[in-house]
Amino acid sequence: MTPRLFDSKTLLLTMIISIASGKGGTGKTTVATNLAFAIGKAHILDCDVEEPNSHIFIKPEITSKSPVYIPVPEIDKSKCDFCGKCAEVCAYKAIAVLKTDVLVFKELCHGCGACEYFCQKKAIKEVNRTIGYIETGEKGDLLFTGGKLNIGEAMAAPLIKEVKNRVKLQMTNIIDAPPGTSCSMIEAVTASDFCVLVTEPTPFGLNDMILSVEVLRKLHIPFGVIINRSDLGDDKTVTYCEKENIPIIMKIPFDKNIAMAYSQGKSIIEALPEYKQKFIALYEDLKERIE
Amino acid sequence: MKLCITSQGDNLESQIDTRFGRCQYFIIADSETLEFEAVKNPNIDGMGGVGIQSGQLMSEKEVKVVLTGNVGPNAFQTLQAAKVDIITGISGTVKEVIEKYKTGELKPVEKPSVDSNFGKK
Ligand code: SF4
Ligand code: SF4
Repeated sequence: MTPRLFDSKTLLLTMIISIASGKGGTGKTTVATNLAFAIGKAHILDCDVEEPNSHIFIKPEITSKSPVYIPVPEIDKSKCDFCGKCAEVCAYKAIAVLKTDVLVFKELCHGCGACEYFCQKKAIKEVNRTIGYIETGEKGDLLFTGGKLNIGEAMAAPLIKEVKNRVKLQMTNIIDAPPGTSCSMIEAVTASDFCVLVTEPTPFGLNDMILSVEVLRKLHIPFGVIINRSDLGDDKTVTYCEKENIPIIMKIPFDKNIAMAYSQGKSIIEALPEYKQKFIALYEDLKERIE
Repeated sequence: MKLCITSQGDNLESQIDTRFGRCQYFIIADSETLEFEAVKNPNIDGMGGVGIQSGQLMSEKEVKVVLTGNVGPNAFQTLQAAKVDIITGISGTVKEVIEKYKTGELKPVEKPSVDSNFGKK
């Protein structure tokens, strides 16, 4: 867990709450954005870099956009003696050393720098490869940072790391994590003070949620569950949470007004103002659990 | 001519393995004498980049022709750079493949036969 950071004068707390889900389409972004709106003054970070959609609901005014690179090796064949060391040390198998040639498969390279470090002949230099970009913006008191991975690009984790480097101190940071339990999800939720798992009460939803629970337990991140469309499934999710001692911190029953608002890019709070209080209560509950 | 046939077993009677990067064995054989070496694929359980590593192995072993079922784009690129001919779509036992190769019926391919990560599925 990250150390708690206090500002001596204002006693404002830096808080990182990540919103994750076992699979896509459970309402993760809905929870993330409505929580942000309810808090009012918060920073939302869209780490679902393959399919970012928080901005659709936040509608921030974008103030900056910058590319994100990872360093990939470039081989100077006039210095190389084809010893094979670089291919041997590359954990991602991104290099092939042949008798008289070295091939770098840039799209497999994670930019770790090991090959350059181990090349005795100094034949490797690093060049930048763009993997996506980061946008920042504002909407009233809300701050927005979002990452977008280039189409067809596989290196989500380094971009997510860049987005997370922009966590703001003395503020509540809400991370919209990628769905599932990939290394991107792990990168996104790591170091959060609390993770909110959004799920649906269906057999598939439960199955994927259990995988997320296992990951969060390994990472030692405290978490709770929000059951979305809570009246449209069975009670197995609730039974599971009770048995496993996992707090259910909110239930959102199905409401066609919520579905309609979502399809129009509106927040629940806009469509059903009574939800503002519910999300504020959720925030208070989260704060208590974190402290 | 030094050939490499991807195989499910470690001898000439074994059935061929249709995957290149993730085959069980590489049978590296001399097409004239039928002398061979069976190399257990060191990359079989790799997370990714197995075609590239297996391609590099072909270069190390100075193989001239690879005979297999399918080759993905990364392995293809590596083998091409290593000046290894690639013959795909073979079937039968290793021995049958070598014999068929010697008749001159089998022609090298010019492009990968499958997408990345094919052998994983
Ligand atoms: S480690 Fe350096 S010298 Fe050796 S093959 Fe790689 S680039 Fe060439
Ligand atoms: S930087 Fe790391 S991942 Fe990229 S080729 Fe070099 S060793 Fe492999």
